[in-house]
Amino acid sequence: MSIQTSPAVNHLTANQLPRWTPWAVLGGCLLVAAALSGPMFGGFNLAGVAFVGVLAFLVVMHVLATVVEGRRKATDRLLTHLVAGAFCLALIPLVSLLFETLAKGLPRFDVRFFTYSMRNVVSDGGGAIHALYGTLYVAGFASVVSIPIGLMTAIYLAEYGRGPLAKAITFFVDVMTGIPSIVAGLFAYALMSVLFGPGTIMGFSGSIALSVLMIPVIVRSVEELLRLVPNELREAAYALGVPKWRTIVQVVLPTAISGIVSGIILSIARIIGETAPLMIAAGFTASLNNNPFANPMMTLPVFVYDQYAYPGVEREFFDQRAWTGALTLILLVMLLNLIGRLIASRFAPKTGR
Amino acid sequence: MSKRIEVKDLNVYYGKFKAVEDATMVIEPRAVTAFIGPSGCGKSTFLRTLNRMHEVIPGAYVEGKVLLDGADLYGADVDPVLVRRQVGMVFQRPNPFPTMSIGDNVIAGMRLNNKRLGKAEADAIIESSLRGANLWEEVKNRLDKPGSSLSGGQQQRLCIARAIAMQPDVLLMDEPCSALDPISTLAIEDLIQQLKESYTIVIVTHNMQQAARVSDTTAFFNIAGTGSPGRLIEVGPTEKIFSTPDDQATEDYITGRFG
Repeated sequence: MSIQTSPAVNHLTANQLPRWTPWAVLGGCLLVAAALSGPMFGGFNLAGVAFVGVLAFLVVMHVLATVVEGRRKATDRLLTHLVAGAFCLALIPLVSLLFETLAKGLPRFDVRFFTYSMRNVVSDGGGAIHALYGTLYVAGFASVVSIPIGLMTAIYLAEYGRGPLAKAITFFVDVMTGIPSIVAGLFAYALMSVLFGPGTIMGFSGSIALSVLMIPVIVRSVEELLRLVPNELREAAYALGVPKWRTIVQVVLPTAISGIVSGIILSIARIIGETAPLMIAAGFTASLNNNPFANPMMTLPVFVYDQYAYPGVEREFFDQRAWTGALTLILLVMLLNLIGRLIASRFAPKTGR
Repeated sequence: MSKRIEVKDLNVYYGKFKAVEDATMVIEPRAVTAFIGPSGCGKSTFLRTLNRMHEVIPGAYVEGKVLLDGADLYGADVDPVLVRRQVGMVFQRPNPFPTMSIGDNVIAGMRLNNKRLGKAEADAIIESSLRGANLWEEVKNRLDKPGSSLSGGQQQRLCIARAIAMQPDVLLMDEPCSALDPISTLAIEDLIQQLKESYTIVIVTHNMQQAARVSDTTAFFNIAGTGSPGRLIEVGPTEKIFSTPDDQATEDYITGRFG
């Protein structure tokens, strides 16, 4: 007598739809919706077809799965499809934005754009070198101001802060995260007016405005990261007779450094595209200004706004420059994010396994 | 290098809560002293007062005296950092620094205290400390690998090597084997036997067999109930505590009648 496996009586199997079913149903529903597009919308309507098609797909698939596979699997499928649908919905604006910016920005993404300013340019030609420099100056000085303040505040909150003072700082940092960016711009403008006389506009003033937005972001992210460092490491250092400040500088910070660096870079990426505060604090100009402490300084977001809002004689050239400015800004943020990730993986504590 | 600790009428507080009450004992040099007792009875807290590590917790303070060869640890202008350089500590869970290699972990105490170390000197300290911790043979070919690449037992011995590299007078161990398997535990216990030739060792353990195996003196702590302070019930030679203790509670605990 040998043991026989009888294919007929495996109680663990159940009815299953073939793997390709959802795709086939989706395609079918979309086709039907497209065919009915005329009567429904009076002509072909992409959004309408997609909406009706997907809705029909959800219903048909649910019914089909309930009949063939049972209720549990049908619910599972329905939720999977809803989640996937939400994902695709979230992706649409992102992809279309990237596509649009690339398509409209690439024609002027040339050497001239990165070598010329807008000085004496009234229609064709010109570039954004003044705005690119301006953005780098403004964001650079904003980082120089905010990184030390943000880091030290976070260290104070995570390592030293106790009692009402720490609570107050945490509260105000939270409030600062919610400040509308235009208010930050007005604050910087008012501050400079008080210090250097009314109507003072300069690049550094823009940096101050961005710092107001940047500091709370840095404080929050770094504080969270420092709290993630296990207390055991601090105790280990104390037990070796290491003073507290050295423990922080040489044990706590290095352990969290990868997160801290990427947090800081993300905060730069967050403020580099700010427009409103820079319009007020740093102003507009068509020329390259290499002195952040005097005269208006153009920045990329303001450049984009300026090209779009105040076109000269031939609008198309101004629009092109606006799109290319936007594309440059996106690439800059992307570059910063990449650098952040690179540094994060470079500095992460190695497990060695 | 090994020093004698005298504790006189020590009370430990966490804010308003009194954690340990009226502890008085002498910890002999070149010997192993074990603290046993049920959870929450204040033995770890008491251990931490011997190098002022309890001060890491906000609001903790002590009354009474702890003398290290006659010098009061809680004197008016005593720097806790200097205390900890003389009284090293090994924790319950191995905690090597994740950003440092095995070798750097061993000399972390010196490096972090900004002591200048030549390459040869550093290598010598690394080797002698790792040999002291019985780990040299296992890691000598991968000193530049991260400390977290070792197994739990090896990590704990690395932490011991790190502590003895500072050449402390006293070594405190807070349940050093509770996270380890029996083989690693055996390795650490052997190590404790070797280390007591040159150090004063104080060990907290929940494992009574371990206390009986490694210690010369045993102190039994107990607690009357939740919220009341822990008390040092009895302290004496290990053989006596484990055979004919003076106190009924000690006997009950050791024979497993409670706890």
